[in-house]
Order: sequence, then structure tokens, then C-alpha cells
Amino acid sequence: MRYLPLTPEDRTEMLSRVGVRHIDDLFADVPAATLRAPDLPPGKSELEVERTLAQMAARNMAAGSVPFFIGCGAYRHHIPASVDHLIQRSEFLTSYTPYQPEIAQGTLQTLFEFQTQVAMLTGMEVANASMYDGSTAAAEAVLMAHRITKRRKAVLAGNLHPHYRATIATVSAMAGDEVVALQPHPAGAGQHFEIDAETSCVVVQFPDFYGHLTDLRPIAEQARAAVALGLLVPPGECGADIVVAEGQSLGNPLGFGGPYVGLFASRQKFVRQMPGRLAGATMDAAGRRGFVLTLSAREQHIRREKATSNICTSAGLCALAFSIHLSLLGEAGLTRLARLNHAHAVELADKLAAVPGVAVRNGHFFNEFTIRVPGSAAAVIEALARKGVLGGVPVSRLEPRRPELADLIVVAATETTTAADISAYAAALREVLR
Amino acid sequence: MNRQTRPAEFGGSIPADTFTGNRALDIEEALVFEIGRPEVTGVDIETPADFSPRLGLLERKPGIGLPGLSEPEALRHYVRLSRKNYGIDTGMFPLGSCTMKHNPRLNEKMARLPGFADIHPLQPLSTVPGALALLAELGHWLRELTGAAAVALSPKAGAHGELCGLMAIKAALAARGEARSIVLVPESAHGTNPASAALLGYRVEAVPARSDGTVDAAEVEKHLSAEVAAIMLTNPNTCGLFERDVVAIAEAVHRAGAFFYADGANFNAIAGKSRPGDLGIDAMHLNLHKTFSTPHGGGGPGSGPVVFSAALAPFAPVPYLVCDAGGLRYVEHAGEAEPGAEPFGRLTAFHGQMGMFVRAMSYMLAHGGDGMRQASEDAVLNANYVRAGLQDLMSLPFGERACMHEVLFDDRWLEGCGITTLDFAKAMIDEGYHPMTVYFPLVVHGAMLIEPTESESKASLDLFIATLRDLAMAAKRGEKARFVNAPRHAPRGRLDETRAARRPVLRWTNPPPQLNEQ
Repeated sequence: MRYLPLTPEDRTEMLSRVGVRHIDDLFADVPAATLRAPDLPPGKSELEVERTLAQMAARNMAAGSVPFFIGCGAYRHHIPASVDHLIQRSEFLTSYTPYQPEIAQGTLQTLFEFQTQVAMLTGMEVANASMYDGSTAAAEAVLMAHRITKRRKAVLAGNLHPHYRATIATVSAMAGDEVVALQPHPAGAGQHFEIDAETSCVVVQFPDFYGHLTDLRPIAEQARAAVALGLLVPPGECGADIVVAEGQSLGNPLGFGGPYVGLFASRQKFVRQMPGRLAGATMDAAGRRGFVLTLSAREQHIRREKATSNICTSAGLCALAFSIHLSLLGEAGLTRLARLNHAHAVELADKLAAVPGVAVRNGHFFNEFTIRVPGSAAAVIEALARKGVLGGVPVSRLEPRRPELADLIVVAATETTTAADISAYAAALREVLR
Repeated sequence: MNRQTRPAEFGGSIPADTFTGNRALDIEEALVFEIGRPEVTGVDIETPADFSPRLGLLERKPGIGLPGLSEPEALRHYVRLSRKNYGIDTGMFPLGSCTMKHNPRLNEKMARLPGFADIHPLQPLSTVPGALALLAELGHWLRELTGAAAVALSPKAGAHGELCGLMAIKAALAARGEARSIVLVPESAHGTNPASAALLGYRVEAVPARSDGTVDAAEVEKHLSAEVAAIMLTNPNTCGLFERDVVAIAEAVHRAGAFFYADGANFNAIAGKSRPGDLGIDAMHLNLHKTFSTPHGGGGPGSGPVVFSAALAPFAPVPYLVCDAGGLRYVEHAGEAEPGAEPFGRLTAFHGQMGMFVRAMSYMLAHGGDGMRQASEDAVLNANYVRAGLQDLMSLPFGERACMHEVLFDDRWLEGCGITTLDFAKAMIDEGYHPMTVYFPLVVHGAMLIEPTESESKASLDLFIATLRDLAMAAKRGEKARFVNAPRHAPRGRLDETRAARRPVLRWTNPPPQLNEQ
């Protein structure tokens, strides 16, 4: 086996040095009746593995091979070649959580940079070194709000991503906390939140699941917490106390849903209630600046059952990809990129609105919006896929129990969307709806 | 002017032995905020034709100050930083309970195939049959290796898997009309175990180990009651020992109507040798980033699928795959579940860590069943070889018995030397090694937990043993300077963690934060 350096002679010699005759002597504590070989095929050469997996991969319709308009929490963006090269540097790829900081300054400094970038982007004071993804970060944000307020009820906006809602609801139900999920309102009007003495937080998505841009400031005045997502007015400026986001859009491929990177930012005064790792600056014995993991008295490996979260492994390498991509873009590049995304989405909205039977539901949006089609949106999306167009997400995929949403499709455009893609979509949709 | 050779540091001083502070290949690197500028970009982006924006009044004002780097500046920044890291490819990384084994590059290549990397989690399922086939194949291998009835693939890491397993247990108890309040956790467990149980509102009760480092079934029995929901047991445990009472513990737990959760962090010792399902476990997470060689990436991403016994299988979370006569069916909502199934909910927005699934599958296909078995045997042999090479100089807390894939020493052998476990670990850095896990598990004093993994050759182990023997003898001779001043040859000397925690500087600001102030 090519990954195993020991030769049969090595093994014999080592067993003798250890003082046993047979390898199973070292497994003496394992009940003998359970020592049996699994019913699995023998190993394969590199070439054979490649052949097997490539055949599986080839059966999938890759986003880059067709006109592609799917979003809903995961977006197809162009990732500069240098990002993927850099995250495959051995020293980044094959290192561990930086528990020995003297030989992990690379990881620690990049995490410190990541935390700063996330804080700047969200308009918040402090950010952690990443969570698993946006949805789990949202669930952790709710738990954090409960700890801060010592209340146990979360109110979820109706236009929160349905799977984020389910993720939060699952953790809350299991932890014995209350969740009030408001009704979806795909037309995007403002929503009133009933906030009482038990309410710890209001969770709002920005832009929302249907692509609407709702001013969060009135909500923040009404409550004192929000969860948002986006590259527009920073949620920090809208009065949010905790901001989480899915960071996949920068540096990370679609990858069928993971691994992604959860962004988690808050106010300095709440830092000791934050989950996850934090890198901080300090000095070494010679007085040089260096970085370490810090405030670990919040974390499970120190505090065990009293920790702020059970999280250990986070999304280190995905956070690095995010950070490298953002360093390459800079503020100038990011602004241009966002503008191009918006421009393509505007063009797409106009072209789709011109298809008979199709109505665009959003007045304001960023790179994603909702359309209404006659009949079943799921059937339309399937018919489009058969024509080689991935035309968005039928809301029924995520909200199967709400027939009133069954004619809605959430559609996204990014910088990767071309004019030809848009024309192909409009033409295919016209045919499907005829 | 090359801005990248100017160590523009906030706080701290620059060593005087060179003008730049650099030492040949070891080059000081400033923060991206000190070398980048907001107007610079390393990505060329086309300007769209004139259009009227539809952002309403919510357009961001410029001036947040995010710095940009041109492409060559970015490459240099991150390559220089990478060189300040120790990775598995750098040298031996014997971090106990972390399984720093070789990460095959074939796995990376496979994960990047567009058919896996460039597919959206919400594409019509009809357009991703290959992805579902991969989930099915991975699930089959994991179930076969563990002897389990079902698998939940979506948990994002080990601790997320613990949560998944405990939630299924809670749901199963609720289905019986029971709300039990206690989870038993041995003292040697990873911190995530008690933290996961506490997150779900359980009271954590510690089970002490007996003098040989393992849990006594009779002791477990004493703690069991109608209030106990589950025991969480790591097997092999974090002392590197197989819990030899495991079957008796499982029987006692089941007699009490409780469930048996196994922490699979150390599954790499027995993968392909023994199936946890045959030992009586009800749920176990598998760290794909440990046993199945997906890279640790400086702290993630991981992946923590959970296998379930038949008793817990009906409560597995969505989404999951059903393979029956009709072929593959993917259940994404509780309402779509087959009769008798009661999914407890959803753990994450999408399907789990697909990128890690592909890597793990690539690893398993390469090994096959026989290769997995050989890898486990080699991991155990290597750990015992290290034990045999060091046990006369360093102290074993539980006597000279065989260990599994990792060997645990305590610090009794350092008594009177004026050198701590931490000093010893830092001296290993100067010798070109990543230290072992230190001060964990908490059940022994000054723990040093060494896990060489199957990826080390005999020659590599011989040099490692010789190095640790040399250090151990130096410690016993009282050569303190070699230890208390270590590391002397790393990119940084010992870092002041107390300062970092007392006055947290968690981000760069303009003007820069001051590190010097007391």
C-alpha cells in the first residue's frame, strides 16, 4: 500500500522490539470475537481510484458547463487561480489547529487577518476565526444571544433561509429553547416582530431569502439583535449585535454544499460570550510581535461543560481561501465585483420579466431575486434542466409544505453569468412556459 | 521599493542582528493591512455597461479600508506566511488524539473534479446522480467498517457529530415518552463530549477511571439510573488504551434503558480490525479529518458523519439517502421520510462536507478493506515501538502494557529537573519536531500523548526515539537552558499567552493597537 512506509521486514523487527510475536497480541484487549475483516473490496492503484471517482463526477451536471442561475445561500463565483494554489501549500493544508504558536505563525497571522477582514466587512468590532458554515453560525448566534440576555426565545424573520430556520429550530428544540418562526412573505414588505420580556433576539437575513433588501434599522430599534448576510450597508451600521454570514462566496467552490466557512462577528463587549476560536496579538520572549489563540477559557478544551460552545474544528482552510480572495480583491476590487454581480442580476431580471407569464417579485435586490411562474416552479426547473439550463431554486424544494409558494423560483446571477447565458435562460423559459 | 520587506509592526521590536529582521529564508512578514492599499486590486474585473442600480437606499458608502494586494504581492505574502507553519509534510507531527497522518494528494485532485467541486447543493437531484452515488458509496463503506445500521453524513465536524448523536438519543428517548437528564462522561474524554451534552441541557456526570486507565463496567453500573440518557465513551480512549470492558459497559447501559455513544476520534486504531457495532455502540461519529486522511487545514474544515444502530436509525436527521428496491431516494424533509422514520431535524443548511466525502472516499478506495486494516495495525505498531523505545526513560502512568495507536506518558520522570512538560515540548520544536499533545488527557499529570500514525517509517521513528532519548537525558542531567529558553530556532520564541488574554488584541485597527502598554 503506497501510503504505508513499513515493510514486512520492518514489522517483524518492530514486533520483536516491542516484545510480542503477532500484531494481534497488541489488540489483546479487543474482544476476539469482533476481530474480523470488513467485507470491502481490495485497494486500488491511483489510476484506478481516479477512474472510479471521475466516472461518478462525470454523471453530475457541473455548474460551469451550463447556463447557471442557482443561489439560495451558495453562489458560483470566479476563484482566482492563486487562491487554490496558496491553500494547497503543504504548510497551510497539512497543519493542525495552532496549539504550538511558535511554529504556527502562518496560520495564526492569517486568522488574525481574517478576523479583521470580517469585522471590517460586517461593520462590527470583533470577529472569530470561523464557524462551520452560515447556518450553524446562525444557530450559535441564537445560543449566544440567549447567554447574553438570559432569555430563551428567538424570533425568526419569515424570509430567513428555510434551512437556516430549520437548523436553528432543531438546536433550539433540542436545547429546550423557544423559537417563533414568522410566516414567509415573498413580496418582501416589512414585518412586525412581537418582542416580549422572554425574547432574546430577532434573526433577520440581509439580503433575505427571496433577495429583498429591507432596511434593518427600524428592526434594530425595535429589537437589539439581527443576523444578516451581504455586501451592502454593513449590518453593524444597522445596529446588529451579532452578525453571521456564509463566507463561501469568496474563495470557496460550490462543492455540493460544503465545506464552507461561517463568518461570526459581534461587539467587543460580548467577546467573552462568543463561540469558536479567536487569534490575538502578543509578543514573544524577544519582544517581537506574534499571534496566539486566546480567550480560550470560553472553549470546550478548557471549560468542558461550561464552554460557550462545543465547537472545536472550524473551517480554517476555507477561512484562508476567503481571506486570500478578499486580499486579492481589496476594497476596490470587491466594490467592482459587487457592482458587476448587481448589473448582471438587473439584466437577468429585465430579460426574465419580458418572458410571457413571468413576474419579477423584487423592486430592490442585489444579485438574487424571486420570480413567479404559472404553475409548478419545480416542474419548470426540471424542464429547464432537461434543456441544459440550471434556472434557480423552486421555493418548494425548501418549503414543501407551503403550496402558496409553489410557483416561486429564486434566481441568482454573479460575475460568471454571461449575456449568452441570460439569453439562453430567457429563451428556454419561454419554450418551457409555452 | 519593495514594501514587503519592511516589517511595519505595531508593537514589538525588530531583532538587531540583521537590518530587515529577516534571517535568510526566514523572512518577517507584515500584516496585509500594513502592506496592502484599498485602491490596489489583484483581480481584473470588467466594468459593466451603464445601468440603473436597484439597491434602493442601501448602497454601501466607500471607505471601509479593506486593503488589496496585486497578485505577486499576494503570492509573496502568503507563501512567506506558510513557511512559518509546521505541517505533516514538514516532518513528524505526533499530536496525540489528532491523527496527523499523510494526506494523499490524489484526494485533493479528486475533490477538485468539476463534477464534485462545481455542483450546487440545490441543483435538481436529477442533475447530480453521481453525487448521490458518492454519498451512497461513502455511507456503505462507513457502515461496513463500523457495523452500523445507518449513517448521517451531514455533521460538519466531530463535535457537530456528537451533537447529532445526542440529539438522536434525545429523540429516541422522547419517542419512548422519557426525558432523561444525565449523560455520563469519563474524565479522560475530549472537552467536546461534556460541552455537547451540556448544550442539549444534560447534566454531565464524570465517571472516574480505574488505576489501569480504563473505565470499569462496575463503576458505570453504579452511575446508571433511570435518569441516565447516555454514556459517551471514547474507544480507544485518550490514554491510548482500548476499553476492555466495552461489551459489559454496553450491556449495562442498555439494561438501564440508556444509549451508548462512542467518540470515534480514535477509530483509526481499529478501522478494518473491529466493528464498533459488534461491541454494542448505538451512535458514533467518525472524524473524516482523522481516520480518513482529509487534511486538517490549520483547524478545519473537518467532517463528522455519525453511524447509528438500528435503535437510533429512525431518528437520523435530514437529509439522508434511502437505498431500496426503487434505487436511491434522497430525503430532505421530515415529511418525506419513510414509514416509521422520525428524523429529529436538520443540522446544517445543505448536505454536509461533500469535499471531505470525496477525499475520504478516495482514501478508502486506495486502501481497500485490507489496506485499512493494515493502516490500523501499523498505527498501533508504531505507537508501541515508540513506547518500547522510551519507557525506560519516561514514565508510563498505567504501567508497561501495550497501547493502541498512541502512547501516553506523564511527567513524573521530570520530577526535580525544574523542567515542565511544556518546556520539553518546546525543546522538541528546536529539534525539528512538532510536539506531542501536552496536558491532555487531564487524568494524568503533565500528560504527553504521542501518536506517530502509520505514516512514519521505521527510520523516522528511530530518529524520533533517539531525539527524545537525548532530550530526556539532557533534562535529567539538569541542562535547563535547552528547555526553558526553547524554542530558540523557531520563527518566534515562546509567546506570551497571558498578555494576549489580559489585553485582547483581536484585530488590526488604524491607528494600530499598542501591544507595549501594560
